[in-house]
Amino acid sequence: MSPETLELLTSSFWPMARGAITGTIPLALVSFSLGLVIALVVALMRLSKRRWLSRPARAYVSVVRGTPLLVQLFVIFYGLPSIGVVIDPWPSAVVAFSVNVGGYAAEVIRAAILSVPKGQWEAAHMVGMSHAVALRRIVLPQAARVSVPPLSNTFISLVKDTSLASLILVTELFREAQQIAAFSGQFMVLYLEAAALYWVICLVLSAGQSRLEQRLDRYVAR
Amino acid sequence: MSPGDHDVLEPPGGHPAPGEPGEPVLVVDGLGKRFGDHEVLRSVDLRVRRGQVLAVIGPSGSGKTTALRCLNGLEIPDTGRVAVGSELVVDFSGGASRAEIAALRDRSAMVFQHYNLFPHKTVLENVLEGPVVVQRRPRAEVTVEAVELLRRVGLADRKDAYPFELSGGQQQRVGIVRALALRPTLLLFDEPTSSLDPELVGDVLGLIKELADEGWTMVIVTHELQFAREVAHEVAFIDGGTVVEHGHPDQVLRDPREERTRQFVQRLLHPF
Repeated sequence: MSPETLELLTSSFWPMARGAITGTIPLALVSFSLGLVIALVVALMRLSKRRWLSRPARAYVSVVRGTPLLVQLFVIFYGLPSIGVVIDPWPSAVVAFSVNVGGYAAEVIRAAILSVPKGQWEAAHMVGMSHAVALRRIVLPQAARVSVPPLSNTFISLVKDTSLASLILVTELFREAQQIAAFSGQFMVLYLEAAALYWVICLVLSAGQSRLEQRLDRYVAR
Repeated sequence: MSPGDHDVLEPPGGHPAPGEPGEPVLVVDGLGKRFGDHEVLRSVDLRVRRGQVLAVIGPSGSGKTTALRCLNGLEIPDTGRVAVGSELVVDFSGGASRAEIAALRDRSAMVFQHYNLFPHKTVLENVLEGPVVVQRRPRAEVTVEAVELLRRVGLADRKDAYPFELSGGQQQRVGIVRALALRPTLLLFDEPTSSLDPELVGDVLGLIKELADEGWTMVIVTHELQFAREVAHEVAFIDGGTVVEHGHPDQVLRDPREERTRQFVQRLLHPF
């Protein structure tokens, strides 16, 4: 490795790391948290016997999953201003990513709730719990265990998808890489460095997933 | 013996005086239920007096489990009335309210065929869930009571175990303790030994018999005819969604009046 390349790698590391710490990671965390809230509501709506609740939920999931994330981002950031709704880059990205995660995670949560045996609902009702209490105390904790692996998938995808926010001017890891690359002309080196950084973040997340799974698995036979 | 453990084990309302039948605790009239085109219950009438045990027998698909589940509001019948104790009468024919279903659940507790313990909670937490979360009784008081109940079924030392660490027989005993801790007027058992390994059946039946001897009022759906004869005060044979025959266990099980009852009992006693 030439000294210049090494020099470029080290000098570009901090801007990119800063992009990750102030852009990529908080964007992913905030969007994922909001997305989970949306997902839980949508999942419960979809599971409802009332058509006026389940129909809109189904439509929401269909639209979110049936359209590209990049298009969703552009509609919110570049499209909405034409009807008078102007949102800054960061909040635009949060809205787009939350809505997107909400659609995918809703299906995960719905399946997880359905995977809890009917007898659990019945035992909860037998001891006198209402539907809401049974859901909160008995069903959701068990559904949570089942949904950790697929939700981790969603989260890891989201971390990588936040690089799309560079296209609506959010300063994050990949936008930093692009700017330095354009300035130095060293595309290969800088984009590989960016890739490596994303990979490291995802490795940490995978480790976190394993620990969470172990903790939630303490009450099942192995 | 710790002080107070006696009241823990006593059924609410106490025992009827010996030789004297208690007042009716459960009165079921004309229970009807259909799932789509299938009429599961045509018209089920049942009566149980305080301190008495009713065993419900019948072929699979006869509606006996559905009838039992109606008593806990796990199924909502389309027609008929259920009265528990002196003050609660739920008339399903006009559609029962949420409050009525809740009242029904408050007075009865069910032990399930597949135990249905909460797998993410320890044995003790399983028992506390109803009394503390739903009935809002003080946790400390209920814990003392729950541990006492667990001790009595030989599981006090397993109180912090998770259900998956227990045998089927132990899980079902926890299921029974969970029901007792709710202090119900009426105990309901849905084939409590049907998913147990044969060598574990005796323990659970023994426990249920003890509860019967202590004066708990119970309805037990079961295939254990020998047990029904020994423990029940009355046996009801349900077939085709209705009570075909009911009466003293010796009469129904040894000398049935109805041909259908006779055939059913014969099949259970001589399977091949």
